[in-house]
Amino acid sequence: MTHQSLWQFIAEQHEKLITQIIQHLGLTFLSLLLAIMVGLPLGILIARKKRLSGSVLGIAGILQTIPSIALLGFMIPVFGIGPKPAIAALLTYALLPIIRNTYTGITGVDPAVIESAKAMGMNRSQLLFKVKLPLAMPVIIAGIRTAAVINVGVATLASFVAAGGLGEFIFGGISLNNTNMILAGAIPAALLAILLDQVIAMIQKSGYLVFRKLKYVAPIVLVIMAAGYLLTSVSHRKIKAGFTPEFMGRQDGDIGLRSVYGLNVNPLVVNDAIMYKAAYEKELDLISGYSTDGRIKAFDLYVLDDDKKIFPPYFAAPIIKTKTLKKFPELEEALNLLAGKFNDSIMTDLNYRSDHLHQTPEKIARDFLVQNGLYKNPRKGNSGTVRIGSKIFGEQYILAEMYTMLIEGYTDYKAETKTGLGGTKICFDALMNDAIDFYPEYTGTGLLVLLQPTPQILKNVTQSADKTYQYVNSEFEKQYGIQWLKPLGFNNAYALMMRRKQAEDLKIKSISDLKRYVDGK
Amino acid sequence: MITVESVSKSFNGKTAVDHISFQAYDEEMLVLLGTSGCGKTTTLKMINRLIEADSGNILIDGKNIRDQKAEELRMGIGFVMQHSGLFPHYTIQQNIAVVPELLKWEKKKTETRTHELLAKLHLSEEVLSRFPNELSGGQQQRVGIARALIADTPVLLMDEPFGALDNITKADIHSEFKSLEELKNKTIVLVTHDVQEAFELGHRICLMDQGKIVQTGTPKEMLYRPENNFVLNFFAENRLLLEYKVATLQDIAPFLITEDSYHEPDLSENTSVWNALQTLSSDHNHTRLYENLVKAFNHYRKLQTV
Repeated sequence: MTHQSLWQFIAEQHEKLITQIIQHLGLTFLSLLLAIMVGLPLGILIARKKRLSGSVLGIAGILQTIPSIALLGFMIPVFGIGPKPAIAALLTYALLPIIRNTYTGITGVDPAVIESAKAMGMNRSQLLFKVKLPLAMPVIIAGIRTAAVINVGVATLASFVAAGGLGEFIFGGISLNNTNMILAGAIPAALLAILLDQVIAMIQKSGYLVFRKLKYVAPIVLVIMAAGYLLTSVSHRKIKAGFTPEFMGRQDGDIGLRSVYGLNVNPLVVNDAIMYKAAYEKELDLISGYSTDGRIKAFDLYVLDDDKKIFPPYFAAPIIKTKTLKKFPELEEALNLLAGKFNDSIMTDLNYRSDHLHQTPEKIARDFLVQNGLYKNPRKGNSGTVRIGSKIFGEQYILAEMYTMLIEGYTDYKAETKTGLGGTKICFDALMNDAIDFYPEYTGTGLLVLLQPTPQILKNVTQSADKTYQYVNSEFEKQYGIQWLKPLGFNNAYALMMRRKQAEDLKIKSISDLKRYVDGK
Repeated sequence: MITVESVSKSFNGKTAVDHISFQAYDEEMLVLLGTSGCGKTTTLKMINRLIEADSGNILIDGKNIRDQKAEELRMGIGFVMQHSGLFPHYTIQQNIAVVPELLKWEKKKTETRTHELLAKLHLSEEVLSRFPNELSGGQQQRVGIARALIADTPVLLMDEPFGALDNITKADIHSEFKSLEELKNKTIVLVTHDVQEAFELGHRICLMDQGKIVQTGTPKEMLYRPENNFVLNFFAENRLLLEYKVATLQDIAPFLITEDSYHEPDLSENTSVWNALQTLSSDHNHTRLYENLVKAFNHYRKLQTV
């Protein structure tokens, strides 16, 4: 059943999949090529000047340990978004194995052979190219092999910076709770890694005669693969749009924009962590944000009016299994203390403190509770532990902290947070598998991502926030035994946004205005 | 001709070679003999500047080796090392052709010369397409010698060239080596710690100890006119064998009783007494001749040691 539908998905999306595979390979090879061009001479240099080897290998080693997402983040101010930061990041990861293996390979050449080469009258470059490099080649190729496999893996993250690749399916699938989409990205990525590994292993084992031919063939192959990437990614746009993988695949996202507004902006796929900054830095003109995000305030972005109402309400409320509520009888009351205490601007302000003023979620939560007269010192009770989950963005961290304080202040339970769960699918699976007890979810997400009702029902229930809430609450109860507690009061819906200045210059106020601009001259 | 004039070398303040001087003449094989650490290999490698001397001069045919580029100098000097030093990533053919390639020879010339050397060194043509690790130690060493000989340089340096071979292979290569025409017109410096090898191959021997030359001379001089106790003691262990080996039938001829002594086909004037005795001892018919030879040798020996 799942197999069939995976095949169906691949058959439906095969064009996208092929593009992504070409992009993925292109990214891998282009960065590999650059890494070889940088790493090989560096390796040769430090093999000659051993004094430098410690510092060069040390720096390459440190670069290697930077988490990939963080590295991509560092690259954006320098390279913007798109293939450039992705390739720079991949290059950084590929560097260490190549430098190290070149160094080890060359210094490992039998000194007797080097001496005999010298004794026959070879000069330094003849010694390097005729003796040292060919003899070090199996070790160097092993390094390139390691780098290639690392790069195939890390290249999945390229979709965070709008560089394409199989990460678009993988992270889109995680956000959209679409297992087939995840597999359609993950399986080819794994196969690519295995294939590359085996092909390079074959070259590595095939002996010295092949290396001589390789000198001519390998650069050509690398350049062709790299060119493939450039061909698939070159295009010109009037408005540079960057949407999250989640937004791309949703009815209340890019699909809705196309079908309801007829708006096709040919968007790049980009991670929400960098999207706002990219818009602020004019790398992107149009992004798919969330209406309560603090960065709207921080970066002075303008939210376009959804004049045809394709974004359903996203009221936040904790969701929890009914049986968990029975297990912790005091819990429901404590959680409902926050009900109705927010509106959009309160939440935007809290997010602004977190995202832009860099206050800790703990401080923001405490300040808010104290202000609202809700804060109580922890009772340090001992009648069980409640595990709170949260998705991986500021607002959820703040809410998780508030719930922690309320639970410990108003009940005898202890609270434990499991923050930073990647996306809706990961959070929801954690809840279903009792890895967490509750987390704040949004009615729109529950409706569109988890329940996925027929268009008929969808049209019906999205008419008002209250109807949506009623529908998801009853359906969750029926299907999963999960309740939606009282809504917190703010609506963190999807929103299209632009830089205020640009929106004013182009006189764009609503999505329909945008559509006219994009279609116009 | 190689002239070494008061050359010194120290490593990290420790003297390895201490003001040594010697000459290696044209068409001569000079052996640098000594225990490990005596400075013989350092001395050898200073001749082709694999190691640069700290002080002193080395001249080849009157030209100071510092006056030309190291690479050019080395192309004009054949070098054979202990563990063949063949390139593991080159076939035998390519290995032999390394120097011709550096000298930009024509392919045809290289090929002709390669085949010529293979024949002389008793290597079959089929080794050409193989890699060094597919060859036996003896074959590898022969290839190493072919590689050093191909450019027909007037000077040949050999660093323990037979040190890694077993005794039987070593004896075979020694006898082939001695009869190799290619070597007759060269100046050869050979480094070894093997006393028998030094006596077998060397026209003259430089005995070294602690970075200095203790005595230079022909094998006979080393045995019968040692300059000090060190030299005497150095050869004490193998003395009898060496004495039998350095004496030729011609040397002992005056002391032979009968005139028709060595009409054996294998024996000539230049055959060493040792080899003659070896040949004779295998056949009972020659017992008398054998005994005569021993007597003659003893006469000869008495006169030498005086």
